[in-house]
Order: sequence, then C-alpha cells, then structure tokens
Amino acid sequence: MDYFLTEQQKTIKSLARRIAEERILPVRAELDEKEEFPWGIVKDLADADMFRVFVPEEHEGLGGGCLELCLVMEELSRVCSGVAVTYAASALGCMTLMEYGTDEQKKKFLPDIAGGKKLGAFAITEPTAGSDASNIKTTAEKVEGGYLLNGTKQFITNGGEAEIYTVIALTDKSRGARGASAIIVEKDTPGFTFGKKEKKLGIRTSATRELVFKNCLVPEENLLGKPGLGFIQAMRLFDRSRPGIGAQAVGLAQGALEAATDYAQERVQFGQPIITMPVVQHMLADMAIQVEAARALVYAAARYVDSGARNVTEESAMAKVFASDAAMKVTVDAVQICGGSGYMRDYPVEKMMRDAKILQIYEGTNQILRNAIAVNLRKRKARTA
Amino acid sequence: MNIVVCLKQVPGTTEVKIDPQTNTLIRQGIENIINPFDTYAIEEGVRLKEKHGGKVTVITMGPSQAEAALREAISLGADEAVLLSDRAFAGADTWATAYTLSCAIKKLEKFDIIICGRQTIDGDTGQVGPELAEMLDIPFVAYVGQIEEIKDGYLRVRRMVEEGHEVIETTLPAVITVAKEINVPRLPSLRGIMKSKSAAIQTWGIRELGVDQSMVGLSGSSTQVIKVFFPQRVHQAEMLEGDLEKQVDTLIDRLRNAGLC
Repeated sequence: MDYFLTEQQKTIKSLARRIAEERILPVRAELDEKEEFPWGIVKDLADADMFRVFVPEEHEGLGGGCLELCLVMEELSRVCSGVAVTYAASALGCMTLMEYGTDEQKKKFLPDIAGGKKLGAFAITEPTAGSDASNIKTTAEKVEGGYLLNGTKQFITNGGEAEIYTVIALTDKSRGARGASAIIVEKDTPGFTFGKKEKKLGIRTSATRELVFKNCLVPEENLLGKPGLGFIQAMRLFDRSRPGIGAQAVGLAQGALEAATDYAQERVQFGQPIITMPVVQHMLADMAIQVEAARALVYAAARYVDSGARNVTEESAMAKVFASDAAMKVTVDAVQICGGSGYMRDYPVEKMMRDAKILQIYEGTNQILRNAIAVNLRKRKARTA
Repeated sequence: MNIVVCLKQVPGTTEVKIDPQTNTLIRQGIENIINPFDTYAIEEGVRLKEKHGGKVTVITMGPSQAEAALREAISLGADEAVLLSDRAFAGADTWATAYTLSCAIKKLEKFDIIICGRQTIDGDTGQVGPELAEMLDIPFVAYVGQIEEIKDGYLRVRRMVEEGHEVIETTLPAVITVAKEINVPRLPSLRGIMKSKSAAIQTWGIRELGVDQSMVGLSGSSTQVIKVFFPQRVHQAEMLEGDLEKQVDTLIDRLRNAGLC
C-alpha cells in the first residue's frame, strides 16, 4: 500500500529501518534476555537525529509531528518493541513541555532531548491510580522557593534512566484531579529517588521503575502551564501519543508476520513447505489484513492529530485499540505457525508475543479506551437527538 | 586539516551476472552502493575532521549516477564533493583512474592526507591507492588499521600485516588505504541526509581538469579487459582417510605424482 508519504517522511522511515536492522537486530535477543537498558542503541538513535524528529525546529529538532513519530515507532518495533518504547517514552516525557511550556522552559530542556543527550519520561500512574488516573496521591505542596513533592509513581517507563521527568502531582489536594499540575523534575534533585526496577513479561530491555519523592523541592519555574490543569494536560497528551502506541503495534505485528512467513516458506512437513498448505496460507493472509488495516487506521489517526483537530480522543483511541488487538492476535498466530520452534527463544516470535501484551494495557487499557469511544458515541447521539 | 577521500560506486551484490555477448556486467536491477571498503575511508576522514578540524572532500570518478555515492558521503559527514565525469573517462583501468584522480586532487591545491579504501569489491585490485601516491609523488601506506598520531606534516599509523601490525611514520601529505579494522562506520543522520540532498556537487570533466584525452579513459589505460568469464566449477573433492600423518603422506604422494612437488 502506498500511503503517499513525503520525501522527508520516507527518509525518516528508511533510516529508522536501517538502524533497526543494523544495530538493534544483532542485540535484541540479548537485551531481552539480560533485561539490559539499550544505552548503545539510544546513542545510535541520537547520532542519527531520531530524537530530533518530534522536537520543533526552533529547539534543535526537525519539527515532525505525530505521523513522523509513528513512522519511527513502527520501524523500531518491527525489530524490537522494547527499544521503541524507550524512544517513545522520551517523546512522551517532553510533549507536555512542548505544548504548555514557556519559551524559557523549552530552551532549557528541549535541545538536550532533541540531541538524545538526555532521555525524558512521563509519570502519572501510581499504585492507586491506573485506569482511575485521577485518583493520584502524590502531592506538590507550594512552599517558599517552589513545590515540595511527596509520593510514589509506579511503572514509569525510562524510570531511573531518564534525566527529565514530567510528573503529575496534586498542587491542591482538596480539589482532587482538578488540583493536579504537571511539573518537571530533574534526576538528581534531592529527595527524588528510584524504587524497584520491575521484571516484566515483555519489552524487557525497557526500564520500568518506581519514582519516589520524599520532600523533594522543585523550583517553581518547573511548573508546566497553569496549576490545576495537570490532569487535563495528561489526558490531552495521551490523546496525541496513542497513535504512537498504535504504530508500535503495527511494527511489532509486521515483524511477526514477516518472521512467520519466512518460517512457513522454509519449514518442510509432509514433503512440502508449510506455506503451501491452505490452512497456513489463510492464517498468514488474515495476519496481513490485520497489519495493513491497523497501519491505515494508525496513519489516518496520526494525520488527524497533525491536522490540528481539537478533539482526537476517539480517533486516537480507535487506532491504539485496533492496532494493539491486531498485534496480540498476529503475534499469537505467528507463534502458532512457527510451532514448537516458535515457542523457543532461538526464534524471535515468542518475544514478539510477550512484547505485544503490554500494548493492550498501557496508555489506557483497551477497555478504558473503548469506554471513551462509547462515551463519544453517546454524546453524538445526544446532540442529534 | 584538508582531508581527501576517494571512493567508488560499485554494484551492491556479490552475485554479478555477465552478459555473454558483450562480456560486461549486467547492471540492471542491481542497486549501486559505495564500495564497502571506502565507507571506512569516509568514516576515518570525518573522524579526523571532528578531532582536528578542517574539511573532508570526497572525490569519485564515474557516470552521473555516481553522484548518489557522493551525496551519501555528505550525509555521513563529508563537506565537499567532486564528481569526475566525462565520456572520455570511460573504460579507464586503475592507472588511468589514478591519473584522473591525481589531476583532480592537484586541482584542489591544498591537501594533507588522502584516504582510500584498501580495494574495491568489483575490481579487487587495490592498485588505485598506491598509483595515486606515485603520481602525486608523496608517501603511501597500505592496509592502515589505526591512525596513531597525526599533526602538522607528520603521520604515524599501524599497518596491518598478517600476524600483527607495523608502526609506520611518514611525512604529510601522504596517501593511505584503510582496512576494515580501522573503525566502525557510522550510520547517516537525518540532518546529514537533508543537507546532502541540497548540497552542491561539482562535476569536472577533461576540460575542467585540463588533461589530455589520450591520458584518461580507455585510451589512457595500459591494460584492457579482453574477456570476462565465470571459471568452470569443478566439484572434485576427496577426503583423505587415516590419521594426520597418513593423510600428509598421501597428500605428498599425490602432489608428487601430479608433478607439483
């Protein structure tokens, strides 16, 4: 399918593919096995200007939008979804800053993100606040000289490795979610430490860790936008970042489809390659349809985000849900086609299947996102009634 | 520091097909790439520039499509590029190629070091580097695996030999050809690729170089390819039996009988 990408988009996509094949592919099994953070790959991505893709030109970026980010995500995920999420989390960590930050704040943090010298991370989830994201307990009390942070953030991607964290905390506890604010916290700020590093089913090269704030004083100028808007900012951020997770799913599913096709062509049973058998052919065809449909929806949603549309909740949720469900199904089927070999770690598809599951869970579970889509359907019905 | 890197665009495959009628390479459907050994030369040139300042000029001789190789070199960090392209250059052997390159390098006026890959993957001769040095009348070191030190008019390198390396000092300017041990070439960057797309590339022909047509291309070549052919594949392998000593004895007997020792 031709998605009529611009020359620049094609360049970004093909360079991302080259990095994935030349640098990530040789080490992905080892990174997964050792649960090692991919610093070497992060450096390769930085050298290739990949962290510039999503940063505005005036802050040393290349001024790309959601679609450009999706193209990088797709290509990295085709080889390793764990590396891809490490990359994406840095984007997530500075998107609130890009949208609500002052020029001064952007000048301070963005060039280092764009150059890949520092990674970013975004922190909203807490032990009591997953799908119920408004139920956060971390506080940022206004005191002399800034905000005093107390609380624990959970399951934070790039935790411990990133230097720049966008943290959602309550600046006004009495107002609940309406008292939440987005605040930048730099690593090495006194009172900011890291809890346990999680051991995960998939995306094991990525770091997932607790952030612990104990009387952590953050300067007032690190507040992003107005106090009290943190929750809205976070929801708006996810509306714009979700196509990226969709793209991660598309790339992952594409990789699994290719691996299964390769295997089916080589594997001989009953005297013929198994790809000649209709049952295998139909499985592969269904996988290919899922991947392409997911890609079309993700690109369309990303373009819609880039168009500047005000409300993209529904479209980005659809892209994320459809693509991640497709990735789960496609990777499970890829393992099935590869049979006993597919279950073994010597083959790449078992990792892909493990990596796929999280896509249905993070950045809004697919159930919560279906709720959001349904809410929009009801609203629309109410408007026309 | 003025660094010159010579490179060649070659077919990106090891499975070359030859047209039996014309004895020439069938180039259709084969993507052209920068000769892999030359990518180490580009990388080393760019690293020298990053460390010591100056600029990297890449030169190639070839048809107009060789411009793509120069643009790729710019995306990898080269600053300027010269394409030597002229019908008169066609059919050049290594001598005529080195002559043409040497004329272009002289035209650049200032150069401290010229870096080439150790050989190409299509011609495989490894001759252009040393011939170039000869024609420019400057020192030459082949198979460089590491540049140990470089400063005004002085160069110390490690030259790879079969079981180790030699340390060689020379004056500059000089020509070196590099081995793959010297570095790991970087991938291009997005900003580099974007810059390379709009970069100006000079094209020089015999007029710009002011060379005599008889010295370049086929007419300037002292060798000519008469025939290109695939060697007949003869599958005749015999595994010698017995312990090592017996195997060696059998082998010597066979060689003696064949009149080979």
